[in-house]
Amino acid sequence: MAMAADDIEAMIRSALPDAVIEITDLAGDGDHYAARVTSAAFAGKSRIAQHRMVFDALGGRMGGALHALQLTTAVPN
Amino acid sequence: MSDTSQRLSEIVNNSDVVLFMKGTPLFPQCGFSSRAVAILEHCGVAFDSVDVLQDMEIRQGIKEFSDWPTIPQLYVKGEFVGGSDIMMEMYEAGELQALMDEAQVAKAS
Repeated sequence: MAMAADDIEAMIRSALPDAVIEITDLAGDGDHYAARVTSAAFAGKSRIAQHRMVFDALGGRMGGALHALQLTTAVPN
Repeated sequence: MSDTSQRLSEIVNNSDVVLFMKGTPLFPQCGFSSRAVAILEHCGVAFDSVDVLQDMEIRQGIKEFSDWPTIPQLYVKGEFVGGSDIMMEMYEAGELQALMDEAQVAKAS
C-alpha cells in the first residue's frame, strides 16, 4: 500500500504547479514521509486550508495508502 | 445529525481541550499521536483524550466530522484546530500557546 516519493510529488504538483516540493523518506521504507510544500497558492489561507489543499491533491490517499506523511506548508518569501 | 456526529459534538463541546488519538497519553500507539501529546504537555494545559482505536465509529466518524483524513486531531472549545503537524507549526510560532491563553483553558495540574 506504500507510495513512491515521486508519485506523491507528482500528485501535489498537478494541483499546485508552482510548488516547491521537498520529500524526505523518513524511515527509508517507502511508507513514512515528510513533505515540505511551498506555494504562492497558500497565501492568505489558514494552516488548515493549506493542508486540505495538499490532501485534496493526494486524492483521498491521506490516512489510507499514504499512512504517514508529515506535512509542512509555506508561502514563498 | 447522525448518532456518531451527535456523540462527537458532545465530546468536543464537553471539555475545553480534546485530543482524538491512537492510544492514550501514557501509551500512544502512533508517532503522530505521541507528538501531539508532547506538544500539549509542553503547553501545560489540561486535556481530555479519546482513544479512537477503542471505537471504530469514532475512528471513522471523526474524519467526517472534521473533514480531516488523519488522526490525531485537536479540538479547543469545540473548534477543530488541526493535526499534529499544524499543532507543531503553531507551537513553534507561539500560536498554540496564544490560542490556549485566549480560550482560557485550564492548566495541567
